Amino acid sequence: MTPDVVVEIGGTAVRLSTEDPALVEILQGRYAGFITDHPTTVALQLKLHSVSDLVSGADDVRVTRSDGLWRFERSDFVAEWSPDTGQGTVRQALPNPYSIDTVLRILHSVVLAPQRGFLLHAASAIRNGRAFVFSGLSGAGKTTISRLAPPDVTLLSDEISYIRLSGDRYRAFGTPFAGELAQSGENVSAPLEAVFLLAQGPENRRDPVAPAEAARALLRNILFFAADPGLVELVFRSALDCVSRVPVWRLTFVPDPGVWEMIA
Amino acid sequence: MSLYVARSPAVAARALDGEMIVMSTRDSTLFTLNEVATEIWQAADGRTPLEGIVEKSICAKFEVEPDAALRDAEDCCRRLAARGILLISEQPIVSGT
Repeated sequence: MTPDVVVEIGGTAVRLSTEDPALVEILQGRYAGFITDHPTTVALQLKLHSVSDLVSGADDVRVTRSDGLWRFERSDFVAEWSPDTGQGTVRQALPNPYSIDTVLRILHSVVLAPQRGFLLHAASAIRNGRAFVFSGLSGAGKTTISRLAPPDVTLLSDEISYIRLSGDRYRAFGTPFAGELAQSGENVSAPLEAVFLLAQGPENRRDPVAPAEAARALLRNILFFAADPGLVELVFRSALDCVSRVPVWRLTFVPDPGVWEMIA
Repeated sequence: MSLYVARSPAVAARALDGEMIVMSTRDSTLFTLNEVATEIWQAADGRTPLEGIVEKSICAKFEVEPDAALRDAEDCCRRLAARGILLISEQPIVSGT
């Protein structure tokens, strides 16, 4: 019998079960810093199955809910998960960690919404006990700003940041979801001190962004796949609440380590 | 014929720093309303005729001639309704319908 792999991100644990020892080994490597034997919360569960007759009508990710059951699908996987029992299944044509990665991102985005949190297309890092988020679409400089970080900076992610209200402050958590850096974030968290909207330019400078503009920018970069009006409204409210509590700056930078002096 | 307007239940909205941000919860489309549209939006209770909203919330706050304000307001409401964030009717709009 193969061991389960329990991956805990942002305080939400997901138990991955498979009969395939090779896939267990891949998952253990991929989520190394986020695997726990003692999750802080009751683990959600996904049973992974390889099937030869996978039928999905979706080329792009499709997330729907029917009769209380979530269904996440793409051409390479079909997952079903019940929020009532916390359990679900993932069927894949081939044992593929990229499919599992996508399923985990979707599952976390769904679970985070009622917790007043969201996944953001952003790099994030901790310096001096404070978290900083760098948001932007592909090419904006998330990987570059991560690469330029001084040694005393702890990288939370260079691609997908995990943000959730904790007490009366928003907090950024590390994720194993890597971008071009191909490096997992550290499994730590810190209060969110500032959000930077990235732009590359001829000089290093930061300019304050008005809350409404910041909200629009943040909403454009939030990962949310579910066409579920209730959850969309929750994410909307969390994003606007976040920018009304956390300062947002436009960070224009040249690829030079000196930019970090403007950050923290 | 009077026109009645009500906020669509399929949107989330919040004023932030003086700007009203509205998102369709059906397709996540995002809108930012200007000052006049925000006044209409906030007064759109489904029961007050649009001319009443224009008189009380627009003419009283902006220097604008009532007939022109009403025409602009009707145009604004029809555009917002076409995007699914406002309901318009020639009858009062009862909540939940």
